[in-house]
Amino acid sequence: MIFRYIAIFFILFPIKVYALIEVDITRGNLSPLPVAVSPLSIDNESKEIFKKIFKNRNVGLEISKIVENNLKQSGLFNPLNKDAFLQEPDIAHLKPRFEDWTLIKAQALVTGKVTFVDEKLKVEFRLWDVLAGKEIMALAFTTAPTNWRRVGHIITDKVYERLTGERGYFDTRIIYVSEKGPKIKRIKKLAIMDQDGFNTKYLTLGNELVLTPRFNPTNQMVTYLSYFRNLPRVYLLDIETGMQEVVGDFPGMTFAPRFSPDGKKIIMSFAKDGNSDIYTMDLENRVVERITNHPSIDTSPSYSPDGKYITFNSDRSKYQQIYIMKSDGSKVKRISFGKGLYGTPVWSPRGDLIAFTKLHKGKFYIGVMRADGTGERLLTENFYQEAPSWSPNGRVLIFYRETKTNEKGEGFSAKLWSIDLTGYNERLVSTETDASDPSWSSLLSK
Amino acid sequence: MNRNIIISSGFHLIIIMITAMSLPFLSKKPIDLPLTVSVEIIQITDKTNIPLAPKTKKIIEKIKKKEKLISEQAPPKIVKKEKPDAVPLPDEKIKKVQKIEEKKQNPEKIDNEVKQVSEFEKKELFDPNNIAALIDKSKEESAKTMLKNDKVTQDQDKNVNNLGLSLSEEDALKAQIFGCWSIPLGLPYNENLLVRIKLKLKPDGSVIRSEILDHARMNKPGQGFYKVLAESALRAIKLCQPLRVPTTGYERWKVLQLNFDAREMLGG
Repeated sequence: MIFRYIAIFFILFPIKVYALIEVDITRGNLSPLPVAVSPLSIDNESKEIFKKIFKNRNVGLEISKIVENNLKQSGLFNPLNKDAFLQEPDIAHLKPRFEDWTLIKAQALVTGKVTFVDEKLKVEFRLWDVLAGKEIMALAFTTAPTNWRRVGHIITDKVYERLTGERGYFDTRIIYVSEKGPKIKRIKKLAIMDQDGFNTKYLTLGNELVLTPRFNPTNQMVTYLSYFRNLPRVYLLDIETGMQEVVGDFPGMTFAPRFSPDGKKIIMSFAKDGNSDIYTMDLENRVVERITNHPSIDTSPSYSPDGKYITFNSDRSKYQQIYIMKSDGSKVKRISFGKGLYGTPVWSPRGDLIAFTKLHKGKFYIGVMRADGTGERLLTENFYQEAPSWSPNGRVLIFYRETKTNEKGEGFSAKLWSIDLTGYNERLVSTETDASDPSWSSLLSK
Repeated sequence: MNRNIIISSGFHLIIIMITAMSLPFLSKKPIDLPLTVSVEIIQITDKTNIPLAPKTKKIIEKIKKKEKLISEQAPPKIVKKEKPDAVPLPDEKIKKVQKIEEKKQNPEKIDNEVKQVSEFEKKELFDPNNIAALIDKSKEESAKTMLKNDKVTQDQDKNVNNLGLSLSEEDALKAQIFGCWSIPLGLPYNENLLVRIKLKLKPDGSVIRSEILDHARMNKPGQGFYKVLAESALRAIKLCQPLRVPTTGYERWKVLQLNFDAREMLGG
């Protein structure tokens, strides 16, 4: 009975209740996140030792510059000018005065400390959310002092991952073909460098023409194509030891050998009986298996990250287009239908996209499309560019671009460029010489 | 038995009647509809002191011209324009009263724009005893209308309380947050990228408390991107505060939910 009266009371005298207001925020800015990278502090004791090891170079400052440069190159961060910093590195590392960092509009702060412990370099770093006023990451690395640049790259990867939600790509290397000399008489060598252009090493002497080097999944081995006495050969090269071996001599035109995701096979195309098809070779028993068998020209195969599918280009529909098929060669399906010619398809490490080169109306484009062929996007256009290779996180592509020569045949150059998936962050990758055919390694520290 | 049926029927009848009359109406006074002058124009002028847009001025002048025709007394003419935000200092006020008293000698010189000055300002500016002498009958009527309108405005404000933010209020808030939210571009675009944050706000728009509604998802394995997204949303709120909230109706928006959805930006 009482409940009935209460119910009647509430019906007759309703209480005013406000509905919760919801506001949908569906847009934001894509401008780079302002980040302050404070120089890493060094204690006095270590400072004296570092003076001898690094020849007066301030290793704390240098590491912070590597982090800063990497973040800037990604296009997603805006490292703030160090001159504007109000707090000393050693104090900032212990407890930053967030007001000082908010004042210079930093949203994230990287601090750190470098010490010399047991003949090794120990680097601590902390990542702070300035607006929330809290520490969001803290890690320490110990390594040989000569490895100090890599520490900078690893720190960047950690910062990048924490702030963007995807893995970084900074502690990686790029293998490419270094080129020197006039266009008609180029000397081509295999070269390897850190992704920021430092620590370049040459792996071959330049006696023979080398083409299309590709890393294996562990980054220890490289497969590439070389012409020996005008015959194409597929090689395997151990980067650490410098040992190389011939995988096989193949007849006719051979193209672009590439490892399978498990590293046990090499996939490539070569011409047999005048017909270019796709083949795999088992690296253990050297058995060659034919994957496609079609009178058209099938080239540039690339595995999906799970190894279940292969993408390749073929002119079986009259014009060169991109196809996918199962790894045993069954269920071939054309996925590109746009105008122009499509080539060099490469499956993204994420598995969602396929990068390609497109030739249309005399211009070359680097683009991406989904694995089902939808959502084609052209990222960059130029006179001549090709051979895209993915960064390990599937966000950035590296490729090479050639310039036009003048009437006298001068002015030719080939350079490496990178572009991210937005298509806006296009950058020249610095190399000691001209460069072509780049291939990006996976992360060295996993 | 019959008695119970009668009581039950009686109550049912009452409930049906209340429902038919729609409940919120019972708690409110009947609304006197405005006659001619736009409520919104007066409200904006009163509250924000923003000078009227030329188009609005024209509309008001049009309305006043109509009044001019109805009025039996000498019609007021525009002598000079007074900006609504020009609230004079005390000395100036006295001078102004004197000036208006002079104008009284010639009713044709009465400032037509006085209508745009709010009722509050009028009270400050003029001696109540002089108002009757200063303003003609039609003015009084118009002032009454404006007072009525003011009442209606407040009453309508009560109605708005249940409706949420107006489009312009919501747009202002959205535009502010759009500028502050740096979307983490590395997020997977095929995932559920919606972060709901409930805010408790102060009347000035600063944040008392923020709460991520799907907080449990932050620490779930394989949902690292959600944490990154949620943190970016919190950063945006902190960077933006005080939030651009309406100046009135605090009760209505003191608790606000922001739904940060990055799918549109990342999926495209």
